[in-house]
Amino acid sequence: MASEGETQTAGEYIVHHLQNLTFGRHPDGTWGFAHGAEEAANMGFMAIHVDTMFWSVFLGVIFCWLFRKVAKNIEAGVPGKLQNFVETIVEFVDNNVRDAYHGDSKLIAPLALTIFCWVFLMNLMDLVPVDWIPGLVHLAGVEYQKVVPTTDVNATMGMALTVFVLILGYSLKMKGVGGFVGELAGQPFAAKSLVGKILATPINLILEGVALLAKPVSLGLRLFGNLYAGELIFILIALLGIWQLPLHFGWAVFHLLVITLQAFIFMMLTVVYLSQASEHH
Amino acid sequence: MNMNLTLIGQSIAMIVFVLFCMKYIWPPIVNALETRRKNIADGLAAASESGLKLEQAEKEAAEMVGSARQQASEIVEQANRRAVQIVEEARNDAIGERERQVAAAASDIEQEVNRAREELSGKVAALAVAGAEQLLGREINADAHTDLLDKLAAEL
Repeated sequence: MASEGETQTAGEYIVHHLQNLTFGRHPDGTWGFAHGAEEAANMGFMAIHVDTMFWSVFLGVIFCWLFRKVAKNIEAGVPGKLQNFVETIVEFVDNNVRDAYHGDSKLIAPLALTIFCWVFLMNLMDLVPVDWIPGLVHLAGVEYQKVVPTTDVNATMGMALTVFVLILGYSLKMKGVGGFVGELAGQPFAAKSLVGKILATPINLILEGVALLAKPVSLGLRLFGNLYAGELIFILIALLGIWQLPLHFGWAVFHLLVITLQAFIFMMLTVVYLSQASEHH
Repeated sequence: MNMNLTLIGQSIAMIVFVLFCMKYIWPPIVNALETRRKNIADGLAAASESGLKLEQAEKEAAEMVGSARQQASEIVEQANRRAVQIVEEARNDAIGERERQVAAAASDIEQEVNRAREELSGKVAALAVAGAEQLLGREINADAHTDLLDKLAAEL
């Protein structure tokens, strides 16, 4: 169902739906919105996905507002319904963090809560029928709109890189520079003699370096891949005319599991990585 | 997929949200949960303690009731004994009183009889004198015969 009204092939429809609203510097040096995927690609790194940023910040603010509202009026007596709901989430996150992270950190638990709720809300945008918001903003004259921030690899990798920086920071803080480098160079092949160490160290550095770098990459790409695939299937279902109604419902029900699970996995992996970073092996 | 500034923008947004959560959301909620947990634990402890106290109080009350009952029965017994005693005393008093009354009445009667007898003997003496006067036809000298008459009256 092409809400644009123009004659549009299925391929064009899909491509249009997968294009972010990009604001950046054109190759000729002027700043402006990109019209089409090619122009956006030509902007290179000096561009920003306005829709991704808007929706992610908007959803983050909703999370902060809702939880702050409860936190401000919280009382230890009989809780209200909203307070009950928020407390359930907080306790759920708190229990998981306690199970996975044994150190003493004021950052980990709030980080996990923020990640869980924020990623969940961003994933939840996937359940809004794919043409509603893009159709509305098209009426307002905006050409592209991708409403699910987690289907943008920039968003997921941005979060994963923040987590990666935290992993490095925790490693250095808990183990010191020597301990951290020693862990990278002295594993998995431990040698006792000097010759053995000279031989083992490069191999260890390569292996451990890959393992370390794999953490943020897998963290970000897992979330992106799952949500991108889910979004793509919603778009494909939207092409089916009247049959999209039962299919959309079925896929949305199934997708409810996916979005919750992915938010949970992102949170848990963050906690586990940080737990590994702050424990000596 | 274009990697671009969105990457950095998203990182900044995430840092801001995490810091906000860390400062303004997490501590009050967790504190409230902890406080409530403590309140509930205290409440449960107090409840079990008061249960023990109740049990103890019931035991004490049962003991008190038992001793009070015993005391009451003692008092009743004492009172019964005292009542019997009082009745006995009253009966004894009454008997004594009756005997005294009877004795007084008997002495009264005796006195009365004596008096009547004296009076009667006096009158008999006078009657005898008067009869003798009639019979003899002359006056008996009362003074001369007083001794004789008194002796006669005493004999009667």
